[in-house]
Amino acid sequence: MATTGRSNGSTHPGEAVGLSDADLLEMYRLVALARAIDERMWILNRAGRIPFVISGQGHEGAQVGIAWALRRRHDWVAPFYRSIATCLTFGMSARDLMLAQYAKATDPSSGGRQMPGHYGHVDHHLVSVSSPVATQMLHAVGIALAAKIRGTDQVAMTMMGEGSSNQGEVHEALNFAAIHRLPFVLVVENNGYAISVPFARQVSVPDVAMRARGYGIPGVVVDGADVLACFAASSAAVDRARSGGGPTLIEAKVTRLTAHSSDDQQTKYRSEEELAAERALDALPRFRAQLVEAGVLTEASEARQAEEIRAVVDDATDFAEAQPDPTAESGAWWVYAGDGPDDWVAPWREDSR
Amino acid sequence: MAVRTFIEAIRETLASEMRRDPSVIVLGEDVGKKGGVFLATDGLWAEFGDDRVIDTPLTEAQIVGTAIGASINGLRPVAEIQFADFIFPAMNQIVSEAARMRYRTNNSLGCPIVIRAPYGGGVHGALYHSQSVEAFFAHVPGLKVIVPSTPRDAAGLLRTAIRDEDPVLYFEHKKMYRSVRGDVPDGDHVTPLGRAFISHPGSQVTVVSYGLMAHYALEAADRAAEEGISVEVVDLRTLRPLDTETLLGSVRKTGKCLVVYEDNRFLGYGAEIAAIVADQAFDYLDGPVSRVAGPDVPGVPYNHVLEDWFMVSPEKILDGIRALAAY
Repeated sequence: MATTGRSNGSTHPGEAVGLSDADLLEMYRLVALARAIDERMWILNRAGRIPFVISGQGHEGAQVGIAWALRRRHDWVAPFYRSIATCLTFGMSARDLMLAQYAKATDPSSGGRQMPGHYGHVDHHLVSVSSPVATQMLHAVGIALAAKIRGTDQVAMTMMGEGSSNQGEVHEALNFAAIHRLPFVLVVENNGYAISVPFARQVSVPDVAMRARGYGIPGVVVDGADVLACFAASSAAVDRARSGGGPTLIEAKVTRLTAHSSDDQQTKYRSEEELAAERALDALPRFRAQLVEAGVLTEASEARQAEEIRAVVDDATDFAEAQPDPTAESGAWWVYAGDGPDDWVAPWREDSR
Repeated sequence: MAVRTFIEAIRETLASEMRRDPSVIVLGEDVGKKGGVFLATDGLWAEFGDDRVIDTPLTEAQIVGTAIGASINGLRPVAEIQFADFIFPAMNQIVSEAARMRYRTNNSLGCPIVIRAPYGGGVHGALYHSQSVEAFFAHVPGLKVIVPSTPRDAAGLLRTAIRDEDPVLYFEHKKMYRSVRGDVPDGDHVTPLGRAFISHPGSQVTVVSYGLMAHYALEAADRAAEEGISVEVVDLRTLRPLDTETLLGSVRKTGKCLVVYEDNRFLGYGAEIAAIVADQAFDYLDGPVSRVAGPDVPGVPYNHVLEDWFMVSPEKILDGIRALAAY
């Protein structure tokens, strides 16, 4: 098992990992945008506008760093319900994500059929999220199998929490992917809790990544608050996968800054001291400080970006809220192919606008 | 037209679809060099190689979950579950994932996979090699369920299933693999889903069945004819979508309906047939909608006395026909 080092603090922090300053600014924008959308979701929930929120706060830095290593609209990602920043990085817009919160007819994830947080967008090669955990991993492995058989040069990646990593299907999937050396990467975003159950009661070893040895594949632990280290670990895994080297397990140690969901009260099982300490593990301020120190992010550019993000989130909220609900009759559509109107075109498809 | 056994019809259809469409792959336990424990995939590995005929570990959830993923990325997988009894580890992938993919993505992603599995008793297979599982899956919107009874339909329905855009479960009664023979049309023979077949026309009692029981129903119908009872046998072929038109047309003609299935009686597939007939053909009925089905014990027991006790037989069906005809 390898542990990637923390990215160094040189003047050009992206240099060592092959990222330009423009890349870094865009990555920072995605981390900050994901956080802003997430915070807006909670406000809307508390204001009674949307009934349910499941959050990615604390995971965003790892998600952006890891997804940045993939090729958009070429590779595939099977995400999970905390993957807000992953979905943004892979091409979904703030409007797309907010439509899922409001469950509107034009919601590209499910047309308002799934609970908020169950993202997906086939045009962006994001597989639909379901609620049973870890099932998506086998879909990503199947996508990787098809990529290998068809010779498409694609990589498939899946993300899940460390809680999900205990499901039996994770063993089945890693074993199969390793046997066939599939172009596949498993990302475990370890935030230390499966709802209320702490890591020590879920996993018998210090790191989920240690399990990779049992499949003869690399297992990498990375600091999930270090965006560039996450990118470096992901790049290495993606390159290995694409060049026929087989799968990798990346475990990003992240933090969960919110309760499990809007229906959970985490102070019941986590102390105030613990929650305060967890704040120090947040990637957002750390990435910001790193970029400010390197002169990549200036006071002016940060202010401009913050203004832009505020506008994007406002626009997404207003847009989603104004979109129509699905019609009652459409509830019967698409159980099978051909079940809907003949002239129906997915309303979020670019060619439908 | 050529005479084929039931399993030959399946094997040759798999091979012809794989020749026609390079995106069709087969995966499952022992499907490769060995050709499957029943030899349903015999010869495919030699013709199509490792990439398209994949021996999997003993991991049913993986077989189905990987098939779902491969279908998302452009393949048409035909997954084999070695025995229907072992399909339950894949239940979550089939019911929560495959069946819902199209619905939950509002038609942006389909799931064109076929899951083949041998089912059924009467082969000394005991509790874990004899089960009928069709009711679990026919209950689920988003799945299609096929139970063919003849080589002709085995070929035509499998071909249609592989070309279908949605997940299909295809159950093969293992006792029929080598005991049932029949004509299979040459070439690109397809049978549409959702069409039942009247395999024995008659006027006094309708017997509704599928799979091996469709054969036993025919035997019972012939013997009933000797007693002067005219029986019409409806072979459903596809359980979901169900051909209610043919079903109700027959019952409205005969006024009597006997549903025959090998599965446990309570909440078996035939219970839904009985409900539909009671609901939509009530005015035509001259007797109670009746069932001949397996007893409500957790599995088919092994000892031959016990297995015979469990299994629906032509005699038991004939008893049901006599009782219903007496009304």
